[in-house]
Amino acid sequence: MSATSFFSRLDQIFVLLRNWLVGFLPPTMRPAAGVVLAVMAIVCVFPGLFALTTVFERKGLGRMQNRLGPNRVGPFGFFQPVADGIKSLTKEDIVPISADGLVHFLAPLVLVVTVFMGFAVLPMGRNMVLVDMDAGVLFFFAMGAATEISVFMAGWSSRNKYSLLGAMRAIAQMISYEVVLLLSTVSVVMIAGSLSLPKIIDAQNQYSWGLPHWYIFTPWGLGAFIMYAIAATAETNRSPFDLPEGESELVAGYHTEYSGFKFALFFLGEYLAMFSISGMGTTLFLGGWSAPLAALNWIPSWIWFFGKVMMSIFVFIWMRGTLPRLRQDQLMNFAWKFVLPFTLLNLLVTALWRFLGEGWPRWVLCTLILAAAYVLMGRAGLYRKHIGPRSYRYAE
Amino acid sequence: MTALTSPLTGYLLVAALLFAIGLAGALVRRNAIMVLIGIELMLNAANLNFIAFWRYGPHPEALTGMMFAIFSIAVAAAEAAVGLGLVIAIYRHTNTTELDKINRMKG
Amino acid sequence: MNVVFYLLAALTIAGGLAAMLLKHLIHAALAVTVAFAGLALLFLQLDAQFAGFAQILVYIGAVAILIVFAILLTHGAELPRGGVFSGTWFVGLAIAAGVFAVLGWAVLQSVHALPQQTAAPAVTVHDIGNALVGSYVLPLEIVALLLTAATIGAVIVAMHEKAGQK
Repeated sequence: MSATSFFSRLDQIFVLLRNWLVGFLPPTMRPAAGVVLAVMAIVCVFPGLFALTTVFERKGLGRMQNRLGPNRVGPFGFFQPVADGIKSLTKEDIVPISADGLVHFLAPLVLVVTVFMGFAVLPMGRNMVLVDMDAGVLFFFAMGAATEISVFMAGWSSRNKYSLLGAMRAIAQMISYEVVLLLSTVSVVMIAGSLSLPKIIDAQNQYSWGLPHWYIFTPWGLGAFIMYAIAATAETNRSPFDLPEGESELVAGYHTEYSGFKFALFFLGEYLAMFSISGMGTTLFLGGWSAPLAALNWIPSWIWFFGKVMMSIFVFIWMRGTLPRLRQDQLMNFAWKFVLPFTLLNLLVTALWRFLGEGWPRWVLCTLILAAAYVLMGRAGLYRKHIGPRSYRYAE
Repeated sequence: MTALTSPLTGYLLVAALLFAIGLAGALVRRNAIMVLIGIELMLNAANLNFIAFWRYGPHPEALTGMMFAIFSIAVAAAEAAVGLGLVIAIYRHTNTTELDKINRMKG
Repeated sequence: MNVVFYLLAALTIAGGLAAMLLKHLIHAALAVTVAFAGLALLFLQLDAQFAGFAQILVYIGAVAILIVFAILLTHGAELPRGGVFSGTWFVGLAIAAGVFAVLGWAVLQSVHALPQQTAAPAVTVHDIGNALVGSYVLPLEIVALLLTAATIGAVIVAMHEKAGQK
């Protein structure tokens, strides 16, 4: 067996495995069984990655804060999620007496269901997408919008003013940044010409002089990617946008009154949302499962996809450990007065890019417009703010 | 009765029932917001009608029904926003949302 | 008619009924969200993928949240003292029943005249996009203007009045 065919079989190993397993069944049941197997794979892999990410996050944050992080359970603390899982399963499930029983119970379920649905359209490798929908991008963002209802249900049903406040803040933040998310995606859809994620990857899977045609390497793509990353951080309530669940502010925001397994479901939902939105970001801007250099195409596509997703998660953790939290009004100000106008301008520049056709002029023009806009909008934002010298007040 | 031989009939009956429920709610409930919810249900029932006729109609590639439904969704969202803004403004002024109590033109 | 249609229809109607009958406003808002979800699934069953996802995105992701915010801002979460149904509820119910009777009779009478095409339409999002900027460009622009006017209007209507201007 030659090297290329070995690596191409390795690339398709999950597809081949599924076809082999499904081949044991009669032909009428095969499509359904194939889908069931793929769903089971998603349901096993992503929570497994979630467990790994919790350890990485705690140890990463610890190292950034000059401490060790968990290191008792297992080698270097890597079995910590097992301990966390056992803890959350055996904790008492406390539901406040005045809480609205049914809504309180359903909120984490709605969150986890809608977040899992988002994984159905992500292409995790060559030929490895669960459903190749014609309107895949729209489906993904529809599922993201549906998570806001669960946030409200959780916050309101707890009958707790901190929960309600946290839920309202979270929803306002998610709605504002959802617009940015959608608009930065529209730039990609405009250039790729399709809402279907495998086709978007196919449009980026070409190489010139060994470098790929990923959209992040274009001026409008870089702008859109940065705006997408900011909006993704805000959508998943991560630092520096985590005021709705900041421990020092609101106890735990909308999941204050949840304990035990329901809290674990919220935690799972939040991290899965992070994976899902990173997966979409890599598909739209970083070329999905395609390799960064044409020479590296022998490495299986799913390794590239998951590698890029884990890199994005690392950047999320890095931002959490580094940046201070934004106040709610600063956050909303930032969304509506800087990020959204910049994203609209980016959309215009994308149209200009497409209109100008191939060649070096479009690179120069688009880069200049975006850089000038960034600098000018930044200056305009700081115009009336009198940021004087820092004042110190000492306790008497 | 040879009813329900067309798959379209089921959808049309569901849409008619939903419309009637929305209408009943808009006429019967006291709270202004519940009236708006009833109106949203009526708009949704009409959308279902449009899409059902588009699907089973003679020229689905003309996309008439789908376009109607999409524009109807957009317009309904705008109308809900303005309507709820009005309800909030009225609440600030009269401190109630019950339609029976908002019965004077002069504030 | 297959089982899925009956289940989805039952879900939607149950959501609508619950929305209109429940006394607690937030429960009614959540019930109408269930009705919206049922309708989105019905659209998907009718091969209208774009409309179905747009329904989820707009209705569940925005209109339901709007309704809930409005309920919270008008303190609707407490139960009113005078009951939730108006004094003349019987008349409203009779009118709605009459409307349903007329519509249902019209549908059942015209079964033989209804169109019967059953092949799934091969419509892609590409076609929808072409239609939107092709034959439907005027409605598109008008809806854009309408949405702008509605946004600005809603903000102005619901804005806090400046003190001393009441």
